[in-house]
Amino acid sequence: MSAPVLDFSLIPPLGEPRPAVAPEVHQTTLPNGLRLVVVPRPGVPLVELRLRVPFAASAPRAAATHAARTALLASAVLLGTARHDQLEIAQLLQAHGAELSVSADADRLLFSTTMLPDGLDAVLGVLAELLGAPTYPAGLVDAERARVGERILIARSQPGVIARSALAARRFGAHPYAQQLPEAELVAAVTPAALRKLHRERVLPAGSTLVLVGDVDPAAAVDVVGTALAGWVAEGRAVAAAPVPTLVPGPLELVHRPDAVQSNVRLGGPAPGRTDPQLPALRLASMVFGGYFSSRLVENIRERRGYTYSPRSSVEHLMAGSSFTVEADVATGVTGPALLETVYELGRMALTPVTEAELDSARRYLLGTLALGTATHAGLASTLSALFGAGLPAEWLAEHQQALAAVTLEEVAEASRRWLSPAGLTAVVVGDAEEVADQLRVLGPIEVTAPAVEPVPESLA
Amino acid sequence: MTAAGPDLTLRHPVERFTLDNGLRVVLAPDRSVPVVAVSVFYDVGMRSEPPGRTGFAHLFEHMMFQGSANVPKMEHARLVQAAGGTFNGSTHQDYTNYFQALPAEALERAIFLEADRMAAPAITEENLRNQIDVVKEEIRVNVLNRPYGAFPWLQLPGIAFESFANTHDGYGSFVDLESSTVEDATDFFSRYYAPSNAVLCIGGDLDPAETEVLVRRWFDAVPARPAPPAPAVGEPSPTTARRGVVEDRLAPAPAVAIGWRVPDPVGDLDTYLGTVLLAELLSEGDASRLERRLLHTDRLAVAQSSYLGLFGDPFDVRDATLLVSQVHHPADVPVDRVLAAVHEEVEKVATDGVPVEELARVTARTEAQLLQQADSVLGRTLGFASAELIHGRAELAGELAARLASVTPDQVQAAARGLSPDTAAVLELRATGGAAR
Repeated sequence: MSAPVLDFSLIPPLGEPRPAVAPEVHQTTLPNGLRLVVVPRPGVPLVELRLRVPFAASAPRAAATHAARTALLASAVLLGTARHDQLEIAQLLQAHGAELSVSADADRLLFSTTMLPDGLDAVLGVLAELLGAPTYPAGLVDAERARVGERILIARSQPGVIARSALAARRFGAHPYAQQLPEAELVAAVTPAALRKLHRERVLPAGSTLVLVGDVDPAAAVDVVGTALAGWVAEGRAVAAAPVPTLVPGPLELVHRPDAVQSNVRLGGPAPGRTDPQLPALRLASMVFGGYFSSRLVENIRERRGYTYSPRSSVEHLMAGSSFTVEADVATGVTGPALLETVYELGRMALTPVTEAELDSARRYLLGTLALGTATHAGLASTLSALFGAGLPAEWLAEHQQALAAVTLEEVAEASRRWLSPAGLTAVVVGDAEEVADQLRVLGPIEVTAPAVEPVPESLA
Repeated sequence: MTAAGPDLTLRHPVERFTLDNGLRVVLAPDRSVPVVAVSVFYDVGMRSEPPGRTGFAHLFEHMMFQGSANVPKMEHARLVQAAGGTFNGSTHQDYTNYFQALPAEALERAIFLEADRMAAPAITEENLRNQIDVVKEEIRVNVLNRPYGAFPWLQLPGIAFESFANTHDGYGSFVDLESSTVEDATDFFSRYYAPSNAVLCIGGDLDPAETEVLVRRWFDAVPARPAPPAPAVGEPSPTTARRGVVEDRLAPAPAVAIGWRVPDPVGDLDTYLGTVLLAELLSEGDASRLERRLLHTDRLAVAQSSYLGLFGDPFDVRDATLLVSQVHHPADVPVDRVLAAVHEEVEKVATDGVPVEELARVTARTEAQLLQQADSVLGRTLGFASAELIHGRAELAGELAARLASVTPDQVQAAARGLSPDTAAVLELRATGGAAR
């Protein structure tokens, strides 16, 4: 029943591509320095909102404390304002189909929500209060602090989080990006006064970007936002992360997780940034290697050997440095063989050419998924928020598409040699060292460590 | 207050026809973005599995990606992805689906791929052994190697229900998976993957007349087979409280899940809609009853959620099904305090009813979430497909927001009266890893 050869004459050919409509991006900067981006688009009657506030640590030695304070600030900012308590805030939003989520990473704070279109005034009113007059009430902050601490402990029990943290620590050393999750002990020490100070100093309109996408009229939105957020005035300058250091990869780190039935294999290294002319070629190289189902890595260690469920590679961007990352969660018994095949496929990328068919497939996939990812209000809002946050213009999207379309086989080979070479990548495995250490030693030197478990702070125990 | 003002019916036209082999076809054109979604829903899910074959519906889903009569292994993925599209499949309690989202010009290619594997998937010994290994790694990554992996979706049904269909582990035991044979797979295919047991739903940038020609070109040739009888998944409502405990050595803190039987989502949809809004009222967002009580007023919990169906989609399951409330709490909070607080909050709704303003807010939020889901061509297409398969009416997916907007406070109060502690199933998760955390 199996069909060994694909007969292309049987496959329906692709039709003529239908033109995508470029988003209609309206930009303006308010007197307080906030950048406003409004994109009306057809679709469902909703408006998506993203407010991105730069929030990097100011210096490496402050990074751990900053991360702890930021984690608590992100949930405590919703605890009350001068005019409304936490419940009233939630109800005001809910009445318009909205629910604000506030998240933080090493670069920024992000306020996001959807809303029914007639809620724009009301939601911006609530947002203005949260930005300009949050109270961080002591009793409520105490309770929030305990919850955040517990959630960090739960997150740290996930093997994927342990692996990601270990790789970041090894790759970034003393740089703030080494800190993936704040330490619960430091969170336990954050006071309401510290939150108020951090908010005052860092939640600033200048440098921040507000994106609205969907069922919204640009001219009306400029008026509404201008009125609602006119009172958000704060002095100060946004802080950006310092450039990431270039560290020479050390030996593979094996993080011992007793009795683990799988090993979490992670490799990571630097990658070109969003404005680097080599980025399109590297993104295509990453796709061919392990970026999608039709890749070499998936065919090898999943579909041929059954070592893993979802191996993948990706290119990620932070403000001060970009990364190429490989991930595979593999059965304990085949940890060594899985790493061997992964390194083999990386080496093959770096040393031998990819085929025209592989490049074409990766290119069409990237272009197609870029279109799919920006074909919803929410997808476009998040994409634009990230772009503007990185200081790039809306035109970057179209230019990047053109650049992807023009990448040659030689450029992919060059990018692979430079960025996918296994010798240039930092490797971490989380697994049962008693079962996998000997397998891994066959391939090179390793260092066995214990997971970075922290003591449970008094207030949580 | 915004609810109920605007017209909430999503007016995507829906066209349908049935092929001679019994395949039901639904077309939902919308030409606003140059994207199409193609999906096939087979009326077979985890609840169709016989004893000794736990996990087989999901394992078989994997086999449908191993090639087919005219498509070698790996080529399904390549043909979709090299056209700029994405694909996946998923196994649910009552159905298994396969779908692609692609640029509009790849429509016929996706239709061809679905027809080719509906006619003849490549079920070989080599492919089966390979995918058993892959599925075992999927179960390890999602269940065995992580804290809270089976909680509560694989563990609560065993306490909440009686019949094998409802209680067994739908991911499958390793013993059952490893003993699966090619013959099992061909039998399963022959029994459940008949065109008359499936719905093909295509949405997005398409012309209905042209698309019908393409569908007939490729699917007419799939031979007809009788559809299997519907599996018996209903069961009598429980009359007692049930309670169980699981130990999780990887979890750093305990958790608890409460499952209540709810009205028939299909046969008694109007009553069920009251339950849908009750789940939202209890748990959606900072203004919800349980978020207030458990996290903010009593400070008993670090996270809570309530949802309908084990996979969280209230409209894609048949009877028997549950409303589940799930709470993660610190180790020093006794589980019975958590349970008492949850039951008290439900009791308040049952006794005092729901203020009109509160229900209007909850409804507005629910509508926004439904609209958000419908904004992507794929999300909308999957919604139409599951409504056609489960409810017999694709149009229902577009009408849900309007139907929910007309639910009254009395209906939500009545739904709360159904959630009695005396007939609830409670599953406690104890964190037993100790210092290993």
